[in-house]
Amino acid sequence: MAITTEPVAYVRTAPIAEQPPPMMARGWLAWMRENLFSSVGNTILTLIALYIIYLVVPPAIRFFFIDAVWTGSNREACLAANVGREVGACWAYVNAKLSYFVYGSYPWDDRWRVDIVFALGAFGIAWLLWLDAPKRGLGALYFFVIFPIAAFILLRGWPAIGLQRVDTSLWGGILVTLIVSIVGIVVSLPLGVLLALGRRSRLPLIRLACIIFIEVVRGVPLITVLFMANTMLPLFLPGNMSPDRLLRPLVGVALFASAYMAEVVRGGLQAIPKGQYEGAMSLGLGYWRMMRLIILPQALRIVIPGIVNTFIGLFKDTTLVSIVGIFDLIKTVEVTLVDPTWATPVTRLTGYAFAGVFYFICCYGMSRYSLAVERRLAAGQKR
Amino acid sequence: MTDITQSTSPRTSLINDPKVRGIAYQVILVVVLALLVYEATTNAIENLRRARIASGFDFLSTTAGFDVNQTLIPFSSSGGSTYGEAFIVGLLNTLLVAAIGIVLATILGFIVGVARLSSNWMVAKLAKVYVEAIRNIPLLLQLFIWYNAVLKALPNPRQSYEIAGGFFLNNRGLFAPEPVLAPGAGIVIGATVLGIVGAFAFRFWARRRQERTGQQAPVGAVALALIVGLPLLAFLITGRPISLEYPELRGFNFTGGVQVIPEFVALLIGLTTYTAAFIAEIVRAGILAVSRGQTEAAHALGLREGQTLKLVIIPQAMRVIVPPLTSQYLNLTKNSSLAVAIGYPDLAQVFMGTVLNQTGQAVEVIAITMAVYLAISLFTSLVMNIYNRRAAIVER
Repeated sequence: MAITTEPVAYVRTAPIAEQPPPMMARGWLAWMRENLFSSVGNTILTLIALYIIYLVVPPAIRFFFIDAVWTGSNREACLAANVGREVGACWAYVNAKLSYFVYGSYPWDDRWRVDIVFALGAFGIAWLLWLDAPKRGLGALYFFVIFPIAAFILLRGWPAIGLQRVDTSLWGGILVTLIVSIVGIVVSLPLGVLLALGRRSRLPLIRLACIIFIEVVRGVPLITVLFMANTMLPLFLPGNMSPDRLLRPLVGVALFASAYMAEVVRGGLQAIPKGQYEGAMSLGLGYWRMMRLIILPQALRIVIPGIVNTFIGLFKDTTLVSIVGIFDLIKTVEVTLVDPTWATPVTRLTGYAFAGVFYFICCYGMSRYSLAVERRLAAGQKR
Repeated sequence: MTDITQSTSPRTSLINDPKVRGIAYQVILVVVLALLVYEATTNAIENLRRARIASGFDFLSTTAGFDVNQTLIPFSSSGGSTYGEAFIVGLLNTLLVAAIGIVLATILGFIVGVARLSSNWMVAKLAKVYVEAIRNIPLLLQLFIWYNAVLKALPNPRQSYEIAGGFFLNNRGLFAPEPVLAPGAGIVIGATVLGIVGAFAFRFWARRRQERTGQQAPVGAVALALIVGLPLLAFLITGRPISLEYPELRGFNFTGGVQVIPEFVALLIGLTTYTAAFIAEIVRAGILAVSRGQTEAAHALGLREGQTLKLVIIPQAMRVIVPPLTSQYLNLTKNSSLAVAIGYPDLAQVFMGTVLNQTGQAVEVIAITMAVYLAISLFTSLVMNIYNRRAAIVER
């Protein structure tokens, strides 16, 4: 018998080459089948969605980018007859008016002062929003006390130290939008905390006064508050005093925001367990020290997302000051639209698109931030 | 026991007694507020006297010297309408745009909110983009875009867009067919009301019977028959007493039909799309708040998909959805005051704008306007509290 040396079974000596996963189980095709075309109804929905995208996105891209005019010195550049094709957004107009959109009619030679204020403000905001920043208490002091005073001196001018006076009627654009919203937050946060404490006070008259203020302000539209500030503030002050045109809506916005802020802070106060109050009292702390050292630091920390959301609302609501004649971003855009140098059929939409993008970036950024803080606070709670 | 507490109190000095302090704080507050009010009132009286502005509410019965381009009640400056009537006109216009806006925003908001939770990736993302884009742009800017950049940029009546069924859209607004009532139309309207009442009655009866016997009744089909069939039958029997008058192009403008002014259209679109984005988020949160176990338990009980949704998910989601939904309704009503920016004659524009400018009686006019909005808000929150008490989970 001859013994064969051939192997009894086939044994592979080298691994076979890797094969791609089955088409229909993994990969983009399977993903599409599962998420977009899993059933007849789903397929129809996908097609409808695609149709909506087809209706909106290509024309928008054409208008804002492909057909847009990027350079030019006046309306001639953005007229279809001169360009010889369909004209989209007239970005040349935004480019020409950009400094007006940012500074309003603020004197050219003094615009460095506005830039410094922007930088100081950005510094303060970054200090407050960065949760791990060193010395955040100092940051709060800076943002709520030092920065407003410095900004006021820089913007308004102080002849004694060589800064020329600039009338508030010359302020405008993004500068005013930011002033209104920052004054709103700087005033409304402390006032809101006081109102919230007052609303939870056990002294009946103080509680009643706070409830009436909060509920009345929250029950009426901002525009009525602004009209009131505009027409009634001069009436209520002695005859020889006429408040500054910009100051009136600032008072209105600040009071309006305070009522909303008070409700946010109240939510935080209610979320603090009773044990914290009792613990503070058993340590012998009085009311104000208990609030300042124990309750408010915890309460304010958990309502940061709520505060940011209120601020987003406030930031969007600042547009309403344009109705009472203040030159915020919206108003400056509206004013440039009647400027004959740039009057074209596409100017209006371009101006609105610019303002829309500005507000979108600010508000979307803030809402992302508030989401991130929320997630971080939730992580701390989970433990 | 009481002796001990009483004997300890005299030891603390009066200034440290919390009771005395509390009273002192309140007295200070009242005195400061009273001083402020006194100062403001005397200044206001002085200022008004110097500017020769009358005070009091007599101006409400004075003839108003202006016209309004959308009125639900007869109003004309030549017909001797008063400022008081102008107030009613503005209030009705506010309520009209708010009511229609609330209905449309709710429908759109629920659709978008459900779409955000759709398993279809593209639909969910599309809904998300809609919500983010709309929520992060100020409403005022959106109103300007709708009014100035979209509706005012439409062609003139001669080149107006024809939407199906006799609706025309141009830069003078939306033109729609107007129903013309002939004798006998009352019967049709009566039949409609009867049909709706009958449908509700049938639903009530069917539910009672189901609770008693477990038998189900075809509520949907019967309700459809009552609400659509009955009026249709009446319409055919009485010889078609209701006809439509179509708008017609005569010269440079349309005659006949109903004209909806562009300000109204712009405000309605703006308010609806804006509020719908917020409602969508509320609906999404509400549906997510119902735990998955509820769905699984309902399936385990043998409920079908539709029944699960109707009987288990939606009632629980509504408990979460309704309170923030009402505050969105209130927001929509308050935001309708932005009409002043695009010239829709609502309460703010007619009363706080025109009437205030003509009479100069700022205190009275603004007080009335604020009181109206406040009354609407307080009434809504009252209804809301009643609902909350009824819908709250009964804890055992």
